[in-house]
Amino acid sequence: MPHLPHSSPAALPLIDLPGPDVTVRRLRHPGRWVSGGIVLLLLAVIGRAFAVGQIQWTVVGQFLTAGVIVTGFGWTVLISACALALGVALGFAFGIMRLSENPILRFAAWLYVWVFRGTPVLLQLLIWFNIALVFPRLYIPGLIDERMVDVVTPFVAAVLGLGVNEGSYLTEVVRGGIGSVDRGQKEAAHTLGMTPGQTMRRIILPQTVRLILPVLGNSAIGMLKFSSLAATIAMGEMLNAAQRIYFINGAVIELLFVCAVWYLAGTTVLSIGQYYLERHFGRDAATATSDRRGFWAWARRPAARGEA
Amino acid sequence: MSLAVKAVGIRKSFGSHEVLKGLDLEVAYGEVLCILGPSGSGKSTFLRCINHLETPNGGYVWVDGAIMGYELNRGALQELPVKRLRAQQSQLGMVFQHFNLFAHRTVLGNVIEGPMVVRGLSRDEAEARAMGLLEQVGMAAKASSYPSQLSGGQKQRVAIARALAMEPRVMLFDEPTSALDPELVGEVLEVMRNLARGGTTMIVVTHEIGFAREVADRVVVMIDGEIREMGAPQQVLSDPGDPRVRSFLSRVLA
Repeated sequence: MPHLPHSSPAALPLIDLPGPDVTVRRLRHPGRWVSGGIVLLLLAVIGRAFAVGQIQWTVVGQFLTAGVIVTGFGWTVLISACALALGVALGFAFGIMRLSENPILRFAAWLYVWVFRGTPVLLQLLIWFNIALVFPRLYIPGLIDERMVDVVTPFVAAVLGLGVNEGSYLTEVVRGGIGSVDRGQKEAAHTLGMTPGQTMRRIILPQTVRLILPVLGNSAIGMLKFSSLAATIAMGEMLNAAQRIYFINGAVIELLFVCAVWYLAGTTVLSIGQYYLERHFGRDAATATSDRRGFWAWARRPAARGEA
Repeated sequence: MSLAVKAVGIRKSFGSHEVLKGLDLEVAYGEVLCILGPSGSGKSTFLRCINHLETPNGGYVWVDGAIMGYELNRGALQELPVKRLRAQQSQLGMVFQHFNLFAHRTVLGNVIEGPMVVRGLSRDEAEARAMGLLEQVGMAAKASSYPSQLSGGQKQRVAIARALAMEPRVMLFDEPTSALDPELVGEVLEVMRNLARGGTTMIVVTHEIGFAREVADRVVVMIDGEIREMGAPQQVLSDPGDPRVRSFLSRVLA
């Protein structure tokens, strides 16, 4: 073999080689200390700016547990939970339809995604809220006959708007999830004699859920935040409650900060829940969080994907 | 010996590429048939046509008194609803090259799935029988493990138990050892050898010439979507008449 040219400064004679227990000195990283110091300094500056800025922190503390705010947060959670449930149900229904053998079902699912993913969710909320302008009465023979304004309350409009919109995203997620379950799983189920329905319910969907669980967690977190849009349709969730208070007392930034604290608390709890859910479903050691390193290691992991 | 499987004029094309060019085959009960042939000769596709994982473009397969996927109705083949096709498919146990164990189920969960869901057995009965089968393939100790915790050879032995749990008339093996590390091939072949000794009817697509020579009652050699040689292993493997079969065998036996 030809010798490769290399640029060692000076040959090390065998006689000078140290013993096997020779001390190893690690490379120093002074740059890390410098960059860390700069970031700490910046954080301190920002912190001080807010501390001495024109914010009455006592007002923030005072309203943090005010009845109206807590009730508003309750509505926020309720809207988010209902809308997420609706979104997941629609996502699975249309996601399965997207993969149907029937081209008309496939088209209908595509149309749903096209319409509801292609328009702003705020616009959709406003349309649901004003749906009575199009259909003054909701009339289903033998079931229901009511004025639309009585049926589609701000709460119902918020759940429909957020849920139907989320469903359009989750449709694509579910479709992708089903598509990434190995084809052999389906074939194995078929050779055992399982019908398409049994195969979907017992073999494909459980594995799909596991695959898309991180996305569903992001959906839940996103939903908690997007529910603030319902403030625009007179739904008395937390942001709306805060607005009604600061219109009166003028403590605008204080009440917005109160909301920020509650949203952060909510998203933090959801993140922890997501961790344990993923760990539970990761029993077969297929997902990254199943190696029991604990929540904090998981929380600091590099982001795998952006929010939907 | 009564006939278990009869394939008649099986044709299959993918796009314009004709993979199977009209294959006929008969397998008797208790027989072990090995299908050999070079890669791309269509042997896996043929096996998948036998249990209708692939629908043949021409011809049909008769299994134990019924035509797979069809019903003879006034001289024509009427396609069956999917539920009846699946019932037929469950008569044929399939073992895949890549195991295809259900990743979200334990070893035991994999084996009881078919009997519980398709046959309607109670969990207790299905588990009792599954444990017997896992014993038979030497995997009882791993009953509560998940597939991702097993070696390839262990996975394949579980897959065999899962297929046997449906009490199929015929076992089909699609290159069951091709995805295994060399040192794991033996344990799977040993299980298959025991099945053959026990009188199980088997159709085995394989590259293991040694296994075919030792266990098969008959050997088929496929080349380019056609059966070029069929007969007792000694005769086919030692003295093939077809020059292309001779060249294939000289390559794999070398």
